[in-house]
Amino acid sequence: MRLKSLILGCAIAALALPAAAQELTAITGGRVLTGTSVIENGTVVIQNGRVVSVGTGAAPTGARVIDARGKVVAPGFVAVDSGLGASEVSSVGGSDDLRNGANTISASFDVSYGLDPWSFTLPVARLGGITRAIVVPNHPGGGGGGHHHDDSDFAGVGHAGLQSPSLFAGQAAIIHLAEGTDILVKPRVAMVAPFGEAGAGVAGGARGAEFVQFKETLAEVRLYARNKAAYDRAGLRDLSLSRADLEALIPVANGDMPLIVTVRRAADIQQVLRLAREEGVKIILDGAEEGWLVADQIAAAGVPVLLNPISNLPGNFETRAVRMQNAAVLDAAGVTIAIKGNEGSIHRARETRYNAGNAVSHGLSYESAIEAITVNPARIFGMAGQFGELRPGAAADVVVWSGDPLEPLSLAETIFVNGQEQAPVSRQFLLRDRYAGGGEGAMPPAYSR
Amino acid sequence: MRLQRLRGASLAALACVALTACATTGSSGSNGDGAASGGDRDRAELATGLDSAANPDPFPSTYRGLPRENMAIVGATVFTGAGQRIDNGVVIVTDGRVAAVGGASTAIPAGHRRVDAAGRFVTPGVIDAHSHLGVYPSPGVQGMSDGNEATQPNTAEVWAEHSLWPQDPGFNAARAGGVTTLQILPGSANLFGGRGVTVRNIPSVTMQGMKMPGAPYGLKMACGENPSRVYGSRNASPATGMGNVAGYRAAFIAAREYKAKWDKWRDDGEGSPPTRNLELETLAGVLDGSVLIQNHCYRADEMAVMIDVAKEFGYKITAFHHAVEAYKVAPLLAREGICADMWTGWWGFKMEALDGIEANAALVDAPQGGCAVIHSDDAELTQRLNQEAAAALAAGRRIGMDIPEERAISWITLNPARSLGIADETGSLEAGKRADLVIWSANPFSVYARADQVFIDGGLAFDRFNPAYQPVSDFELGQPGYGVAAATVSQGAR
Repeated sequence: MRLKSLILGCAIAALALPAAAQELTAITGGRVLTGTSVIENGTVVIQNGRVVSVGTGAAPTGARVIDARGKVVAPGFVAVDSGLGASEVSSVGGSDDLRNGANTISASFDVSYGLDPWSFTLPVARLGGITRAIVVPNHPGGGGGGHHHDDSDFAGVGHAGLQSPSLFAGQAAIIHLAEGTDILVKPRVAMVAPFGEAGAGVAGGARGAEFVQFKETLAEVRLYARNKAAYDRAGLRDLSLSRADLEALIPVANGDMPLIVTVRRAADIQQVLRLAREEGVKIILDGAEEGWLVADQIAAAGVPVLLNPISNLPGNFETRAVRMQNAAVLDAAGVTIAIKGNEGSIHRARETRYNAGNAVSHGLSYESAIEAITVNPARIFGMAGQFGELRPGAAADVVVWSGDPLEPLSLAETIFVNGQEQAPVSRQFLLRDRYAGGGEGAMPPAYSR
Repeated sequence: MRLQRLRGASLAALACVALTACATTGSSGSNGDGAASGGDRDRAELATGLDSAANPDPFPSTYRGLPRENMAIVGATVFTGAGQRIDNGVVIVTDGRVAAVGGASTAIPAGHRRVDAAGRFVTPGVIDAHSHLGVYPSPGVQGMSDGNEATQPNTAEVWAEHSLWPQDPGFNAARAGGVTTLQILPGSANLFGGRGVTVRNIPSVTMQGMKMPGAPYGLKMACGENPSRVYGSRNASPATGMGNVAGYRAAFIAAREYKAKWDKWRDDGEGSPPTRNLELETLAGVLDGSVLIQNHCYRADEMAVMIDVAKEFGYKITAFHHAVEAYKVAPLLAREGICADMWTGWWGFKMEALDGIEANAALVDAPQGGCAVIHSDDAELTQRLNQEAAAALAAGRRIGMDIPEERAISWITLNPARSLGIADETGSLEAGKRADLVIWSANPFSVYARADQVFIDGGLAFDRFNPAYQPVSDFELGQPGYGVAAATVSQGAR
């Protein structure tokens, strides 16, 4: 059998893949969105978990052929600023591993240890075309953040967050959403820190305090990094952070690990850009609701932005200038943008594609919208060419859509992650199928599976 | 995750709000000047304000609509909301009402302006059956949070209209998404959260200027986690689901007695008149059918219990809101004639939302008599109810259900009108109804469709291409970004 010879000849890396992921597969005849371009009547060939070729040629001999005529073939989408795999039910604290309140483990908090490959959130997101996610810790002190469910008694009361012990929420990780026992792609890809109202709350209430505290913290990190031996023999002055947190912040202070800065107000964005320049810190803006007012400054600084393009109401005093056109203006200015899902991008991560569509209806080009949920997240997190794009060598995260993937009426019909075809199953589909007949048969619904 | 943080962190803030609210609510009527109440001759007249029947509409609507003209919208694909799709249709609007809807040959009366909608789509105005605009407005800061009188589990005496801030920028954003009518409800902290109010989505300086004339009041009730968490955490009742139900029953026992006293006094005029009680008055309104029950209830088993509570006391539930598990009891809801107001994509944010599925609306819609409604509960989602309906439609089609778009549009038009008790006035494009309609740039089930023009009672309330019809609330004037033109950004189109 052909499969056997392929396995014999393949690279060691592929040995870890399920057999199905190694099968030579060609997806033919579809409109192919590579992430950066469009190929009509294209052919995407995958094998051993990776994209082999993307073009217009015929399917290779012996390949399994998936007929995508009349359909759209796209890279799997990337959920940024997501909680996928690290939270099951938002209100159930024990099922949530996205925030940590201990004052000795803040910057060093590493979400990757809490990831659950069996999370029931993953198939739901995957059925919405999400195949990768940047899992980002939440700050225990809370912080402004767009709108939220209002079903609750507390909605809209304001952001009376806890006083957090630290400026830092912890470190983000990259995951894939393939079925299996390991979803971690890369841990510790970025540090997270809130600025604006949330950051001010950490420092004592005022923005000016947070910037001072931030600079002081970086100074301590650098002092520690230069004097580790002295620190270990207690020969260094007292530092405000734990050793673990100091260690975790060294790559941030060095400009090696990007810092995801949650910031909304235009004035705060300007301050953060200046701070990053002065301190030599590499930053990614998260939120940036008023970014369009200072788009040229963001572009000139070469700083990318993670944003939600449907934020358009002034939920508080740092988002008074929010506009649906934020994405379009930033993109036109040359800023690399990534489009987020809704409400922490866990249960509603699948809405990422609708958000991209709404950005298009408010001025963003279609091409830029696709980039903002595919190649741009990979670029922003240092994974360019490895996923989020249909090009040779990239991970074979490929989704065949019944139509334009940004349309709610389109369905993800066939989904590959790392070249492995994913079963179209979720806990919600099981519930749906159990009750689709009305649930009033002679035998209770519990007897159906 | 933002959700949970806000909930957990805000108890103290909530308590502060509630305390300050006490200073301005709860006055129990005052001795007036003794004006005639219209009562019987041999019955003692009550002082002004002490007999609800003497002034059944104490905060009357002053809504008068926007300037309007007679028009014929021609060339569009029309979804009537009542199940029809008409290609190359004609909608005749006369004196603010729908005069006729038909095909291309429909006669256009003299003096009607032709509005060319070729290549576009026309639907009834979108109706959001569950909104907190104005009571949880933007900005959602301390001082503006007026949606939950979370001071005791039964606050049937409060009315959302008395919290409604008409300057909430969210009304303008909702209108730009095609929303022409909304029910503004109190929150769900309480078993009885208070009366909701149905408003026409036009800019107004006063609540009364938006209030829909003749629309019935709704009473917000809440099942489940919210009331038991709020009061249980204070070591008060209800702390459990069974405490919730005991609370509903005790309230309706008292309401029955109150109603009986007033009925008797109005009937025979003997003895001392009952003392007016706003809480019981609203509940008595439920019992006589004048106040509609709008019941926040996620779980199927709790819906079934609420249906029995309603039968025990002889009232009707008009709609279950946030009916995440409605699909588990869809035939029951259809038999009982209860609407299920739902999201498509929201699930998993708390235990009672765990089993939310995208196909919920399609499954609720399936039985004969089913009433599926897509609602928002959210200032952002209300702007895109058409897309939320599209996702629900897609989920139904995915399991082979043959649901045409002209039917699915009823989930955000005619069915929410039923859910609010206003379906004889709006919700579909049928002769005689209010001319609330949207001209969409494309099929409203597309993510790219925008509301080009929005008409309310035949008056142009929003025009995507004309800044003169892009109203801006007082709050938005002079704020950061106001009046700044950058690329396609303009001040009237958030």
